[in-house]
Amino acid sequence: MSTAAPKRPAGPARLNWRTRLRRDKSLLLMTVPAVVLLLVFNYVPLFGIVTAFQEYDPLVGVWHSEWVGFDQFQQLLGDPAFWASLQNTLYLSFVQLILFFPIPIALALLLNSVISERIRNFFQSVVYLPHFFSWVLAITIFQQMLGGAGILNQFLRQHDISTWDIMTNPDTFALLVTSQAVWKEAGWGIIVFLAALSAINSELYEAAAADGAGRMRRMWHITLPGLRGVIVLMLVLRLGNALSVGFEQFLVQRDAVGHEAADVLDTFSFYYGIATGGYSYGAAAGLFKSVVSLLLIWGANKLAHAFGEDGLYRK
Amino acid sequence: MTNALTMGSRGEKRRTATTAARRRARSARPPWDEPPTAVGQAAKGLTLGGTLAVILVPLYIIVLTSFSTPGAINRAGGLVIWPDGLTTETYRQMLSDSTIVTALGVSLGITVVGTALSMAVSVLCAYGLSRPRSLGHRFVLLLLIITMFIGGGLIPSFLVVTGLGGYGQWWALILPSAVSVFNILVLRAFYQETSSELIDAARMDGAGDWRILWSVVLPTSRAVTAVTALFYAVGYWNSFFNVMLYMPTDSQKWPLQYVLLTYVNRANGLPGSVNSGFGSTHAQTAPLSLQMAVVVLTLVPLVIVYPFVQKHLRTGVLTGAIKG
Repeated sequence: MSTAAPKRPAGPARLNWRTRLRRDKSLLLMTVPAVVLLLVFNYVPLFGIVTAFQEYDPLVGVWHSEWVGFDQFQQLLGDPAFWASLQNTLYLSFVQLILFFPIPIALALLLNSVISERIRNFFQSVVYLPHFFSWVLAITIFQQMLGGAGILNQFLRQHDISTWDIMTNPDTFALLVTSQAVWKEAGWGIIVFLAALSAINSELYEAAAADGAGRMRRMWHITLPGLRGVIVLMLVLRLGNALSVGFEQFLVQRDAVGHEAADVLDTFSFYYGIATGGYSYGAAAGLFKSVVSLLLIWGANKLAHAFGEDGLYRK
Repeated sequence: MTNALTMGSRGEKRRTATTAARRRARSARPPWDEPPTAVGQAAKGLTLGGTLAVILVPLYIIVLTSFSTPGAINRAGGLVIWPDGLTTETYRQMLSDSTIVTALGVSLGITVVGTALSMAVSVLCAYGLSRPRSLGHRFVLLLLIITMFIGGGLIPSFLVVTGLGGYGQWWALILPSAVSVFNILVLRAFYQETSSELIDAARMDGAGDWRILWSVVLPTSRAVTAVTALFYAVGYWNSFFNVMLYMPTDSQKWPLQYVLLTYVNRANGLPGSVNSGFGSTHAQTAPLSLQMAVVVLTLVPLVIVYPFVQKHLRTGVLTGAIKG
């Protein structure tokens, strides 16, 4: 950014757009494949949102389907299954915020206090690994450990203790999916916090120590303020995504625990939209989610600005 | 002669001693930091060790069970914790199972083709947007970023893909998710930092943008290329929902993850398991060791690639986090 290339000298104003086009045509050409893919698979579906206001019939297509206005939404708001999945989504989001969110921060602080570089590196390589597992794989591993035929119940049976059904119990499902999320993603989550920690000037610690501040006081007055920006950013992202608690994780486990516990907004769109052919109904549920999510992102950013932080975008 | 040898070895010793000292210095406790209490130290060790165990022990048990004999599995009453009779028979059996071999081929094919395509598209786009003050780059960038916040949702996307005739087609598993704007932004951030002296010099020599991308920018950004490729490859390797959407019935086209879901996670019988005493009937669930071998099989590519990319992960993720 700092030094201008000779072919692109200071100030676009001096060149007319024809000259610039001739100069930059290869650059523009390079963006074409990505732009075309995004137009087809991201922008065209935006127009598909109109199906939420139709009674979409796959046989006649979007152009000839009957317009029904807000009927789908009216039906949606009267549908107990929809409310149940909204409630599940919000509840799971809340549980994840309380139980998941602090863990990467705590792990990062703990790891940062480890002196040996070799241990730090080894720990990071191991805890990042599950992030690259698919949900099918992660849940299969959980099943083998905690499921009915898993290692835990195998042990309980061998010692004549009554078995403990974790994988199929709808009552504890929120805790189960949260612990799965922690297992898979909490390690990955420490990356940003570790980076923020290493950005803190170590002279601050030295000066504080010289002034007689102990470990806890240094943590409180130097470390935590240093992490504040990242923590707020992560909170904003979490709140903005409050309606996205995961999709594949619930899809895979829905049969095991039943739809009452496992339906969230995203899976609702799939099961009541595609799987049953009620495309318009599913699209309406999807649109509801998108609109509320946008409002949440906007609101969460306002909140971040109120705390004097940047949030997702600057004021 | 002897003297020279001892001299030499002493020199060697001194050199290793200094590197060791440097390493110690890099990871030494700063003088102002008070040493931790024994209790604190123990608690820290337990927490970190416990975290590692929670991830590694399940993987160990699964790998061990996949290598265990039917007898060992019987004696353990299921999964095996202590080695008690090992065999590679399960893997031999798995690699002669047409369902699994087909699925492995499908997964590898989708991953290789998809990653190549995604990388080509993303690298080009990222470089195209990375030169300061180029015509229209702000508009294209905006076009990209908007998709990170606004989308049509599941149903409209599904209708577009099926409307284009994607049902049952390979491209339906690749093209809709071929572009990750996040990855493009990560690449772009790195390309912007490529030394402009190098680029200017190449331009003086008459190189165009294509030449510069290929011979200057790409060779100097291998780390981020590797990380991005890993992200894409993992995405393709792990995907199964698009299979559920676009080819749910054609089991000949299922990738490994979908086989894992159907035959291990949901414990359905493996169809067409040739030359095995266990899985030959449709209703019968595959034996535990075979199930675990399938789990291991889905892990193998990651385990091969991960060590090479792992040390670069931080850079890739953080650039994305800062720019995105």
